[in-house]
Order: sequence, then C-alpha cells, then structure tokens
Amino acid sequence: MTPIPLNHFVIFSLFLFSIGLYGTLTRRNVIGILMGIELMLNAANINLIAFSRYISPNPETGQIFVIFVIVLAACAAAVGLAIVLAMYQNRKTVQAEDIHILKW
Amino acid sequence: MAYAYLIPVFPFIAFLIIIFNGKRLKHQSAAIAIGGSLLAAAVSTVVILNTLKGATYSHTFEWIRIGTFSLNFGILIDPLTAMMLFVVTYVGSMIFIYSVGYMHEDPRFSRFFAYLSLFMASMLGLVLSSHYVQLFIFWELVGLCSYFLIGFWFEKPSAAKAGMKAFITTKIGDVGFLIGLFLLFTCAGTLQFKDFTPEFLAAKTQAGGGLFALAAILIFAGACGKSAQFPLHVWLPDAMEGPTPVSALIHAATMVAAGVYLVARSFVLFAQFPQALEVVAVIGTITAFMAAFIALTATDIKKVLAYSTISQLGYMMAALGLGGFSAGTFHLMTHAFFKALLFLGAGSVIHGTQTQDLREMGGLFPRMKITSLTFLVAALAISGVPPLSGFFSKDEILLTAYESGSRVIFLILLVTSFMTAFYMFRLFVLAFLGKPRKKIHAHESPAVMTVPLSVLALFSAVLGIPGSPYWNHWFQGFIHGGHAQEIHVNLFVVKCSVAAAFSGIALAVILYRFLPKVPEWLAKIFKPLYLVSYNKFWLDELYQLIFIGPFKKISQLLFRFDAVIVDGAVNQSAVQTVNLSALKNWFDQHIVDGTVNGVAWITQRMSRILRKLQTGLIQNYLLILLLGLLFTIVIGFYR
Amino acid sequence: MEILYFFAKTGFYATALVTLAAAILVVTLRNLFHCALALILSLLGVAVTYLYLKAEFLAIIQILLYIGAIMTLLIFAIMLTHRLTDRSVSQTNRQSLPAFALLAVFNIFFIASLAAVPWKINSASLAAKIDTQALGAFLMGPYVFPFEIISIVLIIALVGAVILGRTDQ
Repeated sequence: MTPIPLNHFVIFSLFLFSIGLYGTLTRRNVIGILMGIELMLNAANINLIAFSRYISPNPETGQIFVIFVIVLAACAAAVGLAIVLAMYQNRKTVQAEDIHILKW
Repeated sequence: MAYAYLIPVFPFIAFLIIIFNGKRLKHQSAAIAIGGSLLAAAVSTVVILNTLKGATYSHTFEWIRIGTFSLNFGILIDPLTAMMLFVVTYVGSMIFIYSVGYMHEDPRFSRFFAYLSLFMASMLGLVLSSHYVQLFIFWELVGLCSYFLIGFWFEKPSAAKAGMKAFITTKIGDVGFLIGLFLLFTCAGTLQFKDFTPEFLAAKTQAGGGLFALAAILIFAGACGKSAQFPLHVWLPDAMEGPTPVSALIHAATMVAAGVYLVARSFVLFAQFPQALEVVAVIGTITAFMAAFIALTATDIKKVLAYSTISQLGYMMAALGLGGFSAGTFHLMTHAFFKALLFLGAGSVIHGTQTQDLREMGGLFPRMKITSLTFLVAALAISGVPPLSGFFSKDEILLTAYESGSRVIFLILLVTSFMTAFYMFRLFVLAFLGKPRKKIHAHESPAVMTVPLSVLALFSAVLGIPGSPYWNHWFQGFIHGGHAQEIHVNLFVVKCSVAAAFSGIALAVILYRFLPKVPEWLAKIFKPLYLVSYNKFWLDELYQLIFIGPFKKISQLLFRFDAVIVDGAVNQSAVQTVNLSALKNWFDQHIVDGTVNGVAWITQRMSRILRKLQTGLIQNYLLILLLGLLFTIVIGFYR
Repeated sequence: MEILYFFAKTGFYATALVTLAAAILVVTLRNLFHCALALILSLLGVAVTYLYLKAEFLAIIQILLYIGAIMTLLIFAIMLTHRLTDRSVSQTNRQSLPAFALLAVFNIFFIASLAAVPWKINSASLAAKIDTQALGAFLMGPYVFPFEIISIVLIIALVGAVILGRTDQ
C-alpha cells in the first residue's frame, strides 16, 4: 500500500529532461531542437505535479501551473514553428548552424 | 456667474484654431473669429444682466505658493468689469465683422483675425482679472498684440518702426507700473483688488502713506504709457500705421482705455492720496489740451482721430483725477463707441478713396451716404451736441471739474471741448462736403462694413441716456455699486458746454466750407502757434534730442571702447591661444594619439583571439550555459 | 489488493521505461518524421505518468494539447520543410560527445545528491482528490489573474505566429 517513492518520479523526470536537453544541444535541425524543448517541458511538468502531490500542502498548485506551462508550450511551439517556416522561406534552410549571424 | 471665465476662453480658442490652420482656413478664419467674439459677447451679456440685478462675483484660486504667501488669481466681476465687458465684446464684435470687408484683399487675412482674437482674449482677461499681477500679465499681452497689429504690414518700414515705438514707449510706462506694484506689495502685503478697501488703506497708512502715494503715481505711469498720456503719448499717432480696424479696436476703443480702467480699478488707492489724484488730473488736463491743439492742424484723417483719442483719454484721466469716478468711466464707455465709429468711418473712407490725406478728399457725401451719416453722428457725439452720448458724459466731466473748484482745469477742458468740436468738423467738412479736390473714385463700402457702422452709430446716439438726468443718473449709481448718486445739474456748465460745442462746429463749418482762404491766412498770422501745433510741440524731436541722440552717442563711445580695448584684448588672447594650441597639437598628435592608437592596437590583437569564442551557434552557447550551471551547482553544493 | 498495487507499480516503471526509450529515439533517429512519432509515444507515457500522480484532467489535457495540437503543428512543419531533410547528412552536430559527457556528470551528481534529501511527505496532499471541477474552481478563484494573463499571452503569441508565417511581403 506504500505509494511510489517521490524520488522515482524525480529521477524519471531528470532522465527525461536530460534526454531533451541532449536533443536540444545536438540536433542540427531546428524542428528537432523544438522537440527536445518539448521533452524538457514535459519533464518539468512531471516534477511540478509530483512535488505538489507529495510535499506541498496545496496539491492543486502544481496542476494549475502545469496548465499554464502547457499553454506556454503551445505558444512556444506556435511561434517557434512560425519562425522556422519564415526562416525556411527566406533562407531555404532549417539547419541551426547555418544561422550564425549572431556572430559579431 | 461661475461661467464668466469662459468669456476670454472663446476668443482664445478661436485664436488657437486660426493660428494653426490659417493657411487652410483662408476666409473662413473670419467666421471663427467672429463666432468666438460673438460667443464671448453672449456670455458677457448674461454676466452683465446678472450684474445689473446687483450681483457681483469673485472667484480665486491659488496659482503659486511661495512660503506662506500664495498668489491667488481669479475672476472679479463688479459693475466696472461689466461695463468694460460690454464695451470690449460689443465694440469688438462690430469691428470683427467690419474687418471682414476691410481686410478682404489682404494676403495675411487669417493671421489678422488670429491676432484680433488673441487681443480680444487678452483684453477680456485683463478686465476680468482679480489681481494686479494677473492684470499685468494680460496688460503685457494686449501690448504684445498691439505691437503685432501696428506692425501688421511690416513690409512698410514705417509700420515696423511704429510697432517698435509703441512697444518701447509703453514699456517705459510699464516699468513704472511694475515698480509701483513691487512698492505696493511691500507696503500693503497684498495685490488683490478686493483687499484694497478704504478701511484697509486707512489702517495701513496711519504711519504715513508716502510710499503708497508713490506706488499709486508709478501705477499711473503704466496707465500713462497704455493710455497715451503726456509725456508718453507719442506712440499713439504713429500706431495709425496699423490697419484701421486695429486703430479702432485697440488704439481707440479698448486697449488705450485699459489705462483709464487701471486708474478706475485702483481708484480707492488714488482717492486716498490727494497728491496722486492731483498728478492724474494735471497730466490728464495737459494731455487733453495738447492733443486737441495738435489735432487742429493734422492733415492725415487717422492722425486727427488719433490725437482726438489722446485728448479724450486725457479727459477721462482728468475726470478721474478730479474724483469723478463715474464721470471718467461713463466717458470711457461712450467714447469707446463713438471713437470706434469714427475710426471705422475713416476706414471706410480710406477703403473707398485709397487715400488718408484730408487735403485730397472732399465731396464724399453724395457717394458714401451711410458712411457720411454715421460719421456725422459720431462727430456730433464727440463734439458734445445734445442729446447724443458724448454730450452727457463730457458734460459730467466738466461738471466734475467745475465743482472741484479748480477753475483753471475747468477752463482748459472747456477750451479743449471747443477745439474738439472744431477739429472734428474741420475733418468732416474737408472730407465729406464741398467739391472733390482730387480725382478720387470714391464708392460706398460693402454692407459688411456699413452695418457695423450703423449699429455703432445707434449706440453712439443713445448710450448717453442711461447716465442722463432723464434716467435719474442711473449709470452713475450702477457703477458705484448700486448706491444712487446725487448729481445736481448745473445749468451754467451745461450752457458753457453746449456753447463750446456749437461755436466750434459753427466756426469750423464757416471757415472751411465758406471761407476756405481764411484758415491759411490765419495760419500765417499765428505762425508760431501753427508751427507748434503742426510739429506736435516738437516732442518727438525733443525725445530724439534728449534721449535717443545721447543714447546713440553713448553707444558709439562704447562701440569705440569695444573696438579698441575689448577687441584688442580679445585678439591678443586669440594669438596667444593659437600659439599655445600649436604646442598642444604636437603633444596631442604624438603622445595622446600614440597612447590611444597603442591601446586600440592591443585591443584589436586581443579581440582577434577572443572573437573565436563567438561562434554564433546558439547550441554552442547553450552547452556553455549548461557547463556554467553545472559549475554553479557543484560549487553551491560543496561550499 | 496487494497484487493489484504490485501490478500498478510495475505498470508505472514499465511506462517510465517506454517513455524514456521513446525519448531517446526522439533525439537520435535520423528521420525527423520518425522522431515525431517517437515523441508522440513519449508524451503518451508522460500522460500515463500523470494518471499515476492522480492528475486525470491533466492527462487528458496532455493528450489533447500535446499529442493533438502541438504534434500536429510539428508534423506540419516537418512536412513543409521536408525537401531539405537530407538523410545522408548526420542529424547531430559535432558537440554530441561533450554534451553527453556533461549531462552524464549532471545526472550522476544529481542522483547522488537526491538520495541525501529527506523529503517530508505530506500524506494529506497525497490522499487529496482533485477533480476537474475543483481545478476549475481554483483557476477561476485564486488563480484568475494569471489565468487571464496567460490567455492574453496566448493571443499575442498566436497573432505573432500568424504575422511571422505570412508569405505575401
């Protein structure tokens, strides 16, 4: 009847986050980077819910915040993908390393 | 009456609209200006009607607070204000309408109406002011508008000069005014009109009121400048360079009356000090006589009227100075209407004949009937023919002078009255009767000009009645705040006044209509007197000699000093500076620049290495970020 | 009963494993389209995890929004830029090794330190039942201000996306 330990959720979310971060760091395709970011956001969501469920005296806070995070993720996806499309139209590329005019 | 503050706001809004949209509005700007002034007149009418019922209104608000002293501005409406509102808005509106015809061809039509509206707003603000400082602000504003409008045709050098002369001459008076205000504030501790009551002054001057009297006289200096009193009157004749409606509105009916208004407004203060009143009376009398004397020989139609204005303003001042508060203000009101009418009539003549010289006119009566008839009404009024308005007001001034006991002043004013009738009818006969002396294609002015003339003529004719014995001297009671005034009609004075008027008129008509040779002959016989009059007492030349000439001499002397000593020092220091600069130049080029360039060179070298860090790849940065985060966490954990 | 809990627990670990495996596929597969499919699986796993945390409403939201909407967007983008996905080129850049190393250190450090943290479990919260109605009440009650703000942000983002995505310029 013991619940699943909190640490297991945390470690699960840690792995998920790391994998997402890895994808973000290593993908050449911008859409791939966005996917990595989505994974990281999900890991954070799991953390939020788990902690609010196990520790916080108000178990609903985490869930409320996850709703907000999901909305923000939708915003990010919409804007990010719009940028990707604009980039594709203007520069005919979706590779992150081709976009390096940030230099200088 | 809380909406009284709207009165100056309407013309001011009109001014703002026109000045910013003048190019686009063109002739519509006249409609806006007239609308503004008519609205002001409408609100004024309501205010005046309330005042007639005996109401007064005063409202103040704090403008500036300095320590414990606060400067309170506001609105003060009493019978005097109501009378001024009546004059300014009604005469003003008529003149606005008239100007549409007079200025129709002018390329700066819109700007003219903008200035007129600004003047109207400032003048209304002036009469509504409840505080000396507030009044002074508007006082300067009307002076500014006057300057703009005298120099309205600034392509003419004489107009530009006249504007400057008017501005500077009135400024001399204004400096006195300002010093007077300082003095008054130091003595009394307040500059609110309503604080100056006889009791207050009596309490303040128990320890001697010399400074108060001086302040009053200095304030009168301001009034002298504005109302063109001797010796500061020289600007008003020159101000005739402005468009004729301006002469009518500003330099006959309203602004020049502001000086009289100021003295009337401060009358409590003056009344407390016989010395100050004496100054006012003497200056007023001198001005009245002198200006009338000059007007006898002036040949420019507007100049005659200008000197006549000065003379009549002198009348008002003399009346006030002799203690005739109601007489002075009554004459102010009637004079505003008939003098505006005279100027507008003259404007109509100028408009129709394209000349201002009386010697070139003549025989205009058949061609300009309305102008001639209205002009005749005004001329009769100013001459003091009963029962027109001028008769009653002038008669009361003469009565005041007679009863004051000063026979000299009474006689001078009586003679002036005679001269007034004479020069007015000299003007009338020369301009309208007889045969044309030159080929002039005169034509009657359009209705937009003649209708205001007729309206003003009506007012000029009947406005004396409220102050006459027939109405039991109602006006005098009203202006004194509802206290009925005991005025005994003195038949001797009435006879003198009427005799002076009719003899002046008769003499002028005989001399100029039937015996045209006699005036020239008389001029030869009384050559010195003629020259004195014709050359305006040489006052302009005197000022030139005493003030302007020496001033120029001093300026030249200072110029020499400047050229030799100041410039020499400046040039010498310049040479030294150049030498020093050469030294500095070398230092700069070799040492300062060398250092700077060296630093730049080092920076460049370093940058070439460091810039490799900037890959421009966002993921690269993110990786470094992660590294940094890791470091932070580890360090934070094992601290 | 015990056996049910055992199965339930086993189910959680199985879900976690599947989720992580799918996530690894997301970041390693060459074909972006396949990546997207793996991402769907992974997000589904997260939804199931939400169920284990008794957040049923969020599980539904996860499926609706992430798998329904965001994934659709992603797949659209992939297909619109499809012509450029050249499979002969490596999909990963040169920093995969340092990234892997750093993340490994990060994880080891984190897990090691996690064990030392004495969590204070709040059993009341753990047992609390939060249904959709309660969540709605919270959203419209104490959290109404951030809720409104987030809707404004969403509108702005969508308008921005539309402006960015326009082609007629």
